[in-house]
Amino acid sequence: MEKALEMRNISKSFYGNQVLKNVSIDLMPGEVHGLVGENGAGKSTLMNILFGMPVIHSTGGFEGEIFVGGQKVEIDSPRKAMELGIGMVHQEFMLLPGFTITENIKLNREITKSNFVSKLLGKSLETLDFSKMRRDAKEALASIGMTVDEYLPVAGLPVGHKQFIEIAREIDKKNLKLLVLDEPTAVLSETEAEKLLDAIRFLSSKGISVLFISHRLIEVLKVSNRITILRDGAIVDQGPASSFTISEIAEKMVGRKIDMVGLPPRKTEPSDKDIIMSIRGLKVAMPGESVKDFSIDIRRGEILGIGGLAGHGKLGIANGIAGIFPASGEITLDGKPYRLNNPAYALNNGIVYLSEDRRGVGLLLNESIEMNIAATAIEAFDQFTKRFFLFKIYDTKSIRNHALEMIKELDIRCKSPTQPVRRLSGGNQQKVCLARAFTLKPRILFVSEPTRGIDVGAKKLVLDHLVKMNRDHSITIVMTSSELAELRTICDRIAIVAEGRLAAILPPNATDAEFGLAMAGELQEVKASE
Amino acid sequence: MEKFKRILVSNAVPIAFLALSISAVLVARIPPLFLVSEIVRRLSRNTFLVLSLLIPIVAGMGLNFGIVLGAMAGQAAMFFVVDWKIKDIPGVIVAMILGSVIATLLGWLAGLVLNRAKGREMITSMILGFFANGVYQLIFLFFIGSIIPFKTRQFLLPEGVGLRNTVDLYGSIASALNKVWIVRIGTVRVFVVPILITVGLCFLIYFLFKTKLGQDIRAVGQDMHIAEVAGIKVNKIRIIAVIMSTVLAAIGQIIYLQDISTINTYNSHEQVGLFSIAALLVGGASTRRASIWNAIIGVLLFHTLFVVAPSAGNKLFGQPQVGEFFREFLAYAVIAFALAMHGWSAKKGKH
Repeated sequence: MEKALEMRNISKSFYGNQVLKNVSIDLMPGEVHGLVGENGAGKSTLMNILFGMPVIHSTGGFEGEIFVGGQKVEIDSPRKAMELGIGMVHQEFMLLPGFTITENIKLNREITKSNFVSKLLGKSLETLDFSKMRRDAKEALASIGMTVDEYLPVAGLPVGHKQFIEIAREIDKKNLKLLVLDEPTAVLSETEAEKLLDAIRFLSSKGISVLFISHRLIEVLKVSNRITILRDGAIVDQGPASSFTISEIAEKMVGRKIDMVGLPPRKTEPSDKDIIMSIRGLKVAMPGESVKDFSIDIRRGEILGIGGLAGHGKLGIANGIAGIFPASGEITLDGKPYRLNNPAYALNNGIVYLSEDRRGVGLLLNESIEMNIAATAIEAFDQFTKRFFLFKIYDTKSIRNHALEMIKELDIRCKSPTQPVRRLSGGNQQKVCLARAFTLKPRILFVSEPTRGIDVGAKKLVLDHLVKMNRDHSITIVMTSSELAELRTICDRIAIVAEGRLAAILPPNATDAEFGLAMAGELQEVKASE
Repeated sequence: MEKFKRILVSNAVPIAFLALSISAVLVARIPPLFLVSEIVRRLSRNTFLVLSLLIPIVAGMGLNFGIVLGAMAGQAAMFFVVDWKIKDIPGVIVAMILGSVIATLLGWLAGLVLNRAKGREMITSMILGFFANGVYQLIFLFFIGSIIPFKTRQFLLPEGVGLRNTVDLYGSIASALNKVWIVRIGTVRVFVVPILITVGLCFLIYFLFKTKLGQDIRAVGQDMHIAEVAGIKVNKIRIIAVIMSTVLAAIGQIIYLQDISTINTYNSHEQVGLFSIAALLVGGASTRRASIWNAIIGVLLFHTLFVVAPSAGNKLFGQPQVGEFFREFLAYAVIAFALAMHGWSAKKGKH
């Protein structure tokens, strides 16, 4: 039988950073192929290549070949992909909120009838035939088991419905041969997800190949014929679904890629008896990273890691505690109730937060290094200021001295303390952030993605400094990171967040499989079944 | 009750203007018949221009301050028609055709520029208007009569180069459309042809949004990225929207000027953008949503105020200048308010 799709030896780099290495993947007609991997494993890039997204071609294209139905093809735009019968349901919804369901399903494939103006001036002025469009939309929705009024506007529909509308739109394309589903079940409830799997089976029975990307490994195993596992842009394993177990997939997804370094010892090890902050039922309304119900006790003096997949709420936790996004829940700090939604209160109580958005929120890019280090302390605690008659003015001398001390301590590579932060490299910018946080004498330091976008050498320095702050100054650190490897190098415990809730607290030496399963929110289920 | 409140809030601007207009009418004690005849005349004269703003708004490009370009094109065409001594209806038709050709070219250029300034269309189109004004002045002050032949000496400056400040349309195409068919209701004169043309445009716009092209324009207006992924040629659709708006503005300016009957060579076009946009906003439109009814109600309210403001100012402060000042102030205030609302809602959408 002719292969529906074959992608051969695909490689792609973004600005010298290779994200795909010689990836080959193929699908038979009617096959459901599961594609799994961590965030940043290259799944989305692979799919963007397949769909001819502009982001690929504006960054220099890719290497490798694509065959559709045995024919070599050049897919240079989404339009081309559609013409070849490739449909895609994107991770973020591609629906126009102001349009009705029918209009969205028929977007740019409207059924038209000619009128006297169009006969004169061309096809684009033909009138839309709404009754026919409605009939088609209804049919497509019905085929995946949806009964929803097709004349409703999409805005205001539940997310589950939107997902099905996207799929209905793809099914409505009469030439559809291959459908890519990128995390379609991430926003669905369990029963909805089950319905979606049925829809996938229905498509497959009609001879349409489905490429199914999901973090929910159970679903992937349930519905796929074959599975491909990607890690760091390369295929680690590929084979029939029956040859894998969940634990195997999880292990291969995460992979062993850490080198445990000996961390310096402490005088007293943190223990469950000495809790600095206790979080109960934390909810944070951070768009895209909402926390639904998170509870944990933070031990005094520990380095606690928070990991999990993008969009599951790990970033929301620190943002909520620091008062950046609206939050609710019962928090105590040293046994006393702690007020949420108040950044100044957080600072005054020694809760310091280094944002994942370093350049956007964390730094005053055009200001000097010394001002960046001192700014928050000046604002929050009136440090580095002195009285000058009635006015409070900056104490430039003490600011300079402190900055010089920090530059030496943290080894910030710069020309002088007056150099604007914008000119520094990512790693040195992060060090400036750390210096500023240190200046605030934190009791608990929340750092989010401290090594995002900085090179390998600088990464190690930043992590080393975090350890040093923890060991020498007994600062409790809560580090949120999407890089599991770095959490495992320096943390005492790692909390994994899945779907806005605590999935598990694991020691850094837990197995890859355990981490993989916890991230997928399936650790308990698997343990129970074993 | 809740619903009533919501309607009140969402139509705050037209309601406020209605109240303002009514109180101004009461203060000014203008004879009602005079008021009605003025407003009917202004409806037939100005609505077409205001309608030319609709398509770019639906295409998500905001208020097209660039209709000034179309107005210039219309005016330029009229100068030549006057010079070529084509009179009455043929003159207007030739002016409309010539104006549309120039406007198409200008609209295409403006569209290219606006496609490079996505998200900042309004300020870009405004500055584009100022820039085009400079070019316009260059052409009609220095090129006409020297490089571009122009035979009608009486409209040229004494040196024979450059147009005079005012170009008189009497004896050529003044009121060419108005006088074809005048219906008198009492002392109120209704110019039927411009009104018919305007109504025709309303139907044309209504029809456009029932077609494939209209659907594409709406899709692009809602989300360029999604439209692009759906295979719609976003840049092309946006250019088409700007061209249509500019061409309609050219025709609208011709309808406007044949009614006024003199062209203020260097000023007539300048305020077209400002006043048309103010009228549309008064009618309850926003930078992202506008309908034909917003345009009609807006013209009605805004021009009622325009008519009565000077006499209201005279009655209240003994000076018509105050009323004059007041209406200018209102036009700018309404636009500033709409832009602030736009900025606010755009910011809210981001978070």
